[in-house]
Amino acid sequence: MQHTAIADQIDTMHDPDTFITKYVWSQDHKVIAIQYGLTAVFVGLVALVLSALMRLQLGFPDSFDFIDPNSYLQFVTMHGMIMVIYLLTALLLGGFGNYLIPLMIGARDMVFPYMNMLSYWTYLLSVIVLLASFFVPGGPTGAGWTLYPPQAILQGTPGYDWGIILMLASLAIFIIAFTMGGLNYVTTVLQARTHGMTLMRMPLTIWGIFTATVLGLLAFPALLVSAIMMMLDKVIGTSFFMPALVSMGESLDYTGGSPVLFQHLFWFFGHPEVYIVALPAFGMVSDVLATHARKNIFGYRMMVWAIVAIGGLSFVVWAHHMYVSGMHPAFGFFFATTTLIIAVPTAIKVYNWVLTLWRGNIHFTVPMLFAIGFIFTFTHGGLTGLFLGNVTIDLPLSDTYFVVAHFHMVMGVSPIMVLFAAIYHWYPLITGRMFSDTLGKAHFWFTFLGTYAIYLPMHYIGVLGVPRRYFAMGDTDFIPESAQTLNASITISALIVGLSQLIFLYNIFWSLRYGEKAAHNPWGATSLEWQTKDVPPHHGNWGDKLPQVYRWAYDFSVPGAKEDFIPQNHPVSPEEHTAGEAS
Amino acid sequence: MIRPLQTLRQKPWLTQASEQLNLIPEVDSVAAARIALRFILAVVGVLFFLFVITYLARSQYPDFQSLAGAPWQPFTDTSRLWLNTSFLILASAAMQAGIWSAQQERQNRTIGFVSAAVFFTVLFLFAQLQLWQQLSQLGFYISTNPANSYFYLLTAVHGLHLVGGLIVLGYLASKTWAVDSVTAIAKPLQLCATYWHFLLGVWMVLFALLASSPQTINALAAMCGF
Ligand code: HEM
Ligand SMILES: [Cu+2]
Repeated sequence: MQHTAIADQIDTMHDPDTFITKYVWSQDHKVIAIQYGLTAVFVGLVALVLSALMRLQLGFPDSFDFIDPNSYLQFVTMHGMIMVIYLLTALLLGGFGNYLIPLMIGARDMVFPYMNMLSYWTYLLSVIVLLASFFVPGGPTGAGWTLYPPQAILQGTPGYDWGIILMLASLAIFIIAFTMGGLNYVTTVLQARTHGMTLMRMPLTIWGIFTATVLGLLAFPALLVSAIMMMLDKVIGTSFFMPALVSMGESLDYTGGSPVLFQHLFWFFGHPEVYIVALPAFGMVSDVLATHARKNIFGYRMMVWAIVAIGGLSFVVWAHHMYVSGMHPAFGFFFATTTLIIAVPTAIKVYNWVLTLWRGNIHFTVPMLFAIGFIFTFTHGGLTGLFLGNVTIDLPLSDTYFVVAHFHMVMGVSPIMVLFAAIYHWYPLITGRMFSDTLGKAHFWFTFLGTYAIYLPMHYIGVLGVPRRYFAMGDTDFIPESAQTLNASITISALIVGLSQLIFLYNIFWSLRYGEKAAHNPWGATSLEWQTKDVPPHHGNWGDKLPQVYRWAYDFSVPGAKEDFIPQNHPVSPEEHTAGEAS
Repeated sequence: MIRPLQTLRQKPWLTQASEQLNLIPEVDSVAAARIALRFILAVVGVLFFLFVITYLARSQYPDFQSLAGAPWQPFTDTSRLWLNTSFLILASAAMQAGIWSAQQERQNRTIGFVSAAVFFTVLFLFAQLQLWQQLSQLGFYISTNPANSYFYLLTAVHGLHLVGGLIVLGYLASKTWAVDSVTAIAKPLQLCATYWHFLLGVWMVLFALLASSPQTINALAAMCGF
């Protein structure tokens, strides 16, 4: 029996008819994608508010009674964890992965729709458990998003009791949710591509999402293992990670466990996580750039190779996060080398994006602005990564604001830029409406310039030596007074950027109702998701017949063609065919 | 079948009318499930691999006392572990026999063998629980020593994976009951069997690890650089 995901006749797919089956317990990948997306944006806003609170404290110390050192640490931790896992991972893979995979490869749905639905509800549960920790005695954990033992579960760290338990439980639940979703994504990409959609004809978005999902499937177990073992250390009193120690004048029952073991496990997950977030962003930005520059992506094959190479290399660089934990010099050398090697495929990608723009017919649409903004922020964050990858440079800079600036540029702001580009780019498809261009551009300039106003000075105060995760600077001789002035200005910029996100939310929700009706394929894109019969696509995506693919996704501005784009499902004319053979 | 290198060498920008590129996808639910199973095995494999690696790393700290070696350690005598293992081997074998009879369209035998597989799996799980009891009666509690902690943890995680397998098998059985045809079950059953064999393999590795003397563990740890 043909699987329904790619069957030509869709009578086997019963349309959901009640409100509940259509919008709540839905098995349709598009609805699940939107559920994932809305939930992720909601927790993301929580994390944004937390960052504003932290900035208020840092910019104007001693002005806010409700932020004390403990709550500051709790804000840092929850902000970091939510942003990385519950917002970015969930939105990029659960949201865009779900929406785009079946549509871009020409399938009717994911191959395991039921499991896909379970994945969302499990994710929602993990979010609820996470947010519940704000309301338990002691509040959420303040151990930092890295949750290093022993301090994470010892008295003295905020939320060392309930907070950390809920955090670990929530992570475990999230990993189960991710695994269910991830199995779907990889299987769908491998098994449910439509006629003629060879792997190398897939848009780069799919390559990025696919590779990131494989990374996630192989990396999240490391986080699960560390979460389980730390949970046992906390709840039952085992000593996997907990060394023999004296806490608050009392010697505890723990025997000689190894905190560094936790760090290895955590970063064996943690570094690939950076690419779990980055690779889908790389893919989507490539497609946005090509579409809005009306040019084929420069070096498609090289782009695919780079994605795969980065994916592989990302598993052998993890200890660059642990230089300050101490290690054999040979290991330091090894990890510094691999870290610098991974810069090669990454740089290739950046060159190719720039060369795609080179002499393109660039349309400065809102998605394009965000995509170009990404090239800036990513290059910027990537360059400081080259500094930090070297042991001798990392040692003094580690745990300063230089690191905070680096990772916000490379894995905070950059994926967010792509997410905005992607939301604006696919908004007409998802909702059938156009957003307001003026508001979109305003949103872009506030966000892009604001980002630089926040993070450029952070590099500087990092070099001055302002430490990371500090509630207040206190009296330090080596940090000049003026650092505080910079801190105040960073805070004001951060508040402006935070508020300017309201423009985005307003635009998105206002346009849902009042936006202009979107034309069919308004950007003139070639990939399949824009070639559906209905906009937004209906249940089953393709009406009675699956699309037939004849070409890759980047036939823009082909000489001699009627229009400046040829959709993937457009047959090859005989003349074109011979021309192709000749080249 | 995907050949990675060949795939990565294709030049998709050349427009080809070539028929071979415009293949009609031949996908049924079992083929999809087979791919998913491969990924599941990879994920589970990584999970246990990481547990084992941390076991070896942790074994190099002075408070670690492995569960075998000295005469008073519980797994120096492996007979009890072998008993449990034999249940799991029987479960795997019954599963395989179930597939063969399903392929020969012998309904009753298939049902018999699959039930036997379920029976032995459950027996294994109970035997493991009993082993837990025995060890704690001997004073080997979960938090008295990291080796003990690992014993309880690894057996628990392994057992949970078997329970997961049983649930999927139950779901499969309920579906085939509705269809009432043995040949239909042969292919999905094959996937279940693969999972069972895999978990048997995992258990053998865990067994070997738990029953290793300190010397063996130290040698393994040294090989990994700990
Ligand atoms: C307007 C946007 C944002 C602002 C103003 C902001 C601000 C901050 C601040 C003030 C800290 C604490 C620094 C410290 O005391 O050490 C922090 C930490 C962090 N942020 Fe952000 N952030 C923003 C967006 C993001 C995004 C999008 C991500 C996604 C990756 C992110 C990830 C993190 C992480 C991982 C930490 C480290 C938490 C820790 O040290 O445990 N942030 N951020
Ligand atoms: Cu890293």
